[in-house]
Amino acid sequence: MALAVVVFLALIALVLFLIGRISGRRGDRAVALGFVGPTLLLVAVGLVYPALRTILQSFQQADGSGFVGLDNYQFIFTNSDQLTVLRNTALWVVVTPFVATGIGLVYAVLIDRARVEAFAKALIFLPMAISFVGASIIWKFVYEFRPEQGNIQQIGLLNQVLVWLGFSPQQFLVNAPWNTLFLIAVMIWVQAGFAMTVLSAAIKAIPDDIIEAARLDGVSGVGLFRHITVPSIRPALVVVLTTIGIATLKVFDIVRTMTGGQFDTNVVANEFYTQAFRADQGGIGAALAVVLFALVVPIVAYNIRQLRASEAR
Amino acid sequence: MGSRTNRPAALAAGVLGLSLVLTACGSDNGGDDTASGGSGGGSGADCSAYEQYTQDFPGIDGKTVSVYTSIVTPEDQPHLDSYAAFEECTGVDVQYEGDKAFEAQVLVRAKAGNAPDIAYVPQPGLLQQLVATGAAVPAPEQTAANVDEFFGEDWKGYGSVDGQFYAAPLGANVKSFVWYSPSEFEDSGYEVPTTLDELKSLTDQMVADGKVPWCAGIASGEATGWPVTDWMEDMMLRLNGPEVYDQWVNHEIPFNGPESTAALDAVGEYLKNPEYVNGGYGDVTTIATTTFQDGGLPIIDGACSLHRQAGFYAANWPEGTEVAEDGDVFAFYLPGQTAEDRPVLGGGEFVLAFDDRPEVQAFQTFLSSDTWANEKAIATPQGGWVSANSGLEVDNLVSPIDQLSAEILQDPNAVFRFDGSDQMPGAVGADAFWKQATNWITGQSTQETVDKIEAAWPAS
Repeated sequence: MALAVVVFLALIALVLFLIGRISGRRGDRAVALGFVGPTLLLVAVGLVYPALRTILQSFQQADGSGFVGLDNYQFIFTNSDQLTVLRNTALWVVVTPFVATGIGLVYAVLIDRARVEAFAKALIFLPMAISFVGASIIWKFVYEFRPEQGNIQQIGLLNQVLVWLGFSPQQFLVNAPWNTLFLIAVMIWVQAGFAMTVLSAAIKAIPDDIIEAARLDGVSGVGLFRHITVPSIRPALVVVLTTIGIATLKVFDIVRTMTGGQFDTNVVANEFYTQAFRADQGGIGAALAVVLFALVVPIVAYNIRQLRASEAR
Repeated sequence: MGSRTNRPAALAAGVLGLSLVLTACGSDNGGDDTASGGSGGGSGADCSAYEQYTQDFPGIDGKTVSVYTSIVTPEDQPHLDSYAAFEECTGVDVQYEGDKAFEAQVLVRAKAGNAPDIAYVPQPGLLQQLVATGAAVPAPEQTAANVDEFFGEDWKGYGSVDGQFYAAPLGANVKSFVWYSPSEFEDSGYEVPTTLDELKSLTDQMVADGKVPWCAGIASGEATGWPVTDWMEDMMLRLNGPEVYDQWVNHEIPFNGPESTAALDAVGEYLKNPEYVNGGYGDVTTIATTTFQDGGLPIIDGACSLHRQAGFYAANWPEGTEVAEDGDVFAFYLPGQTAEDRPVLGGGEFVLAFDDRPEVQAFQTFLSSDTWANEKAIATPQGGWVSANSGLEVDNLVSPIDQLSAEILQDPNAVFRFDGSDQMPGAVGADAFWKQATNWITGQSTQETVDKIEAAWPAS
């Protein structure tokens, strides 16, 4: 291992040294190639090749011995459990980015230039520092269920609140489809801080004279928010929405840690792992990966177009 | 211009320097693990029992064998200790690697050409998948001879693929146990049941006494549901006999046929009966969210009386709990239809090799010997380990439950069958069966459950 690292670094050093020896106009090109070349090579080996192989594998049998046409895709789009997986993924993607961004936006506006702004920001930003697995474990305790019998005490916060209010404790993670929403809450809890940070910076970048002019025209409160703030930070909003959207499509850790995909909470990324590695259904796993890839591409494309558009302005 | 040409050169120097630092940090950390052993009677051991390995496999001194397994801390230490004498007497260095993600990773490693020398495979189904990758090698004749001598035909069969013998059994466990509190049985005048009917009437007796007799928990992370599969396999074996059980496991009869449907319904009579479960935890659905480790614990508080779980559950009782026939908790054999038939459901690991170097074969042969089985028993002072090796002296086992397990495994009247879900293809045994069993606990009907598992069976 250590030897491999040394050889790799020595190779890079050699390449850089050789590039350094070339000068003049040809040197510029060589330097560019020297820096971009290895990256392109790594992208080809680490991204393009596996992607092509995965696509190929998605048309093959589990052990890769023969082609089965579209059977794997047909399975994903007809099997009732797989349809639940797709339904859940759709629910995640529809709910998470908008709610997380919405909370982040409202929060950013409310605390903007407030006296406790720094503290309030830190408060909502803290969950960002926690890994999804850590966040899931925390929330598992929040949702923890103890039966209503004898002298058994609730240890889950949410159920204790229910008991205080006179309701009976619930098994939050068991009853579909609500359990998916309780999982989504974890993602929102983590991502709202990210949305708030980016949007808060964007809000601060709105030139004061625009707001001043709007105020002179008699716009204030909600009107100012709707007609000035939101349009002004639209590019930032798009970036936040799409970033959280992509992260949501890939969600894996939360589902795996909290329910393991049981009780109808499975999503594509987790099902892909299960099929590919535990069930030894490589073909179906690859097909699920391709589906996930196909879902992410439009969001990424839209994101890039918006970035270009905002830069061109 | 000068500065431009110099920058890459400076970078190059920097990278070189960094690489030097990295080398210093990443200095080889192999070896030396063997020194941590020792309590297994290693130091100054009598090497006469190990001479055969240096004779049969010459030139193994100083060689290394890598072992990859799902057995992690703290259960790995007895394993390490049990190799100490072998390592000392033969000069072979055993590199042990325990990984909780073993089941998924070992296939990846075998397919990628990065297989370990030896893997401890806990499922015959996974063993077949590994052999199918073409990376595994058959066991040497010395190992086969040991297995013929010390293990039953059935165990050899589980380690074989298409008639070719690959892997010798390592550890074993007995799953057909019901945990209970001996003192509660004595105080209430309950008797250990010897037939399924007696088990049923005992349960009803407990309900009449105002108790919730059974407790259960099947949550186990991504493997949630597996305890239900054990229940069902036990019932399959009892209601339909070993031949039908084998047909069921090998998919010669459908999963949604009348036999398995009846078996799952028989489990449902216990696990889905609100009067019978879930003592100490709540209603039937709480079985799905109670971890299997917590499953039986209410027995200690007297909140429930019976918990069906394997012998290895002994490790889950809180510290200070006495596991013995006259102690705080103990287990009885889950009875058959009559007192005479004694079907036993169990599990175990198998030693699969991916290389046929002499030192690998020597270690493989050692693990299949009675020497190792007894060495391992002595190196496990906490208990919780059994082997089906007939050369294992029962007295070397410390825990009463291990002794009981070993007696059941060596009982000539017992009909042993390996855990069914572990033999089924991964798509069923490690996915659909678990998942649908969990859905069944939370309300799905028996028919829908068996139909969905049948549908998940791979076509080939």
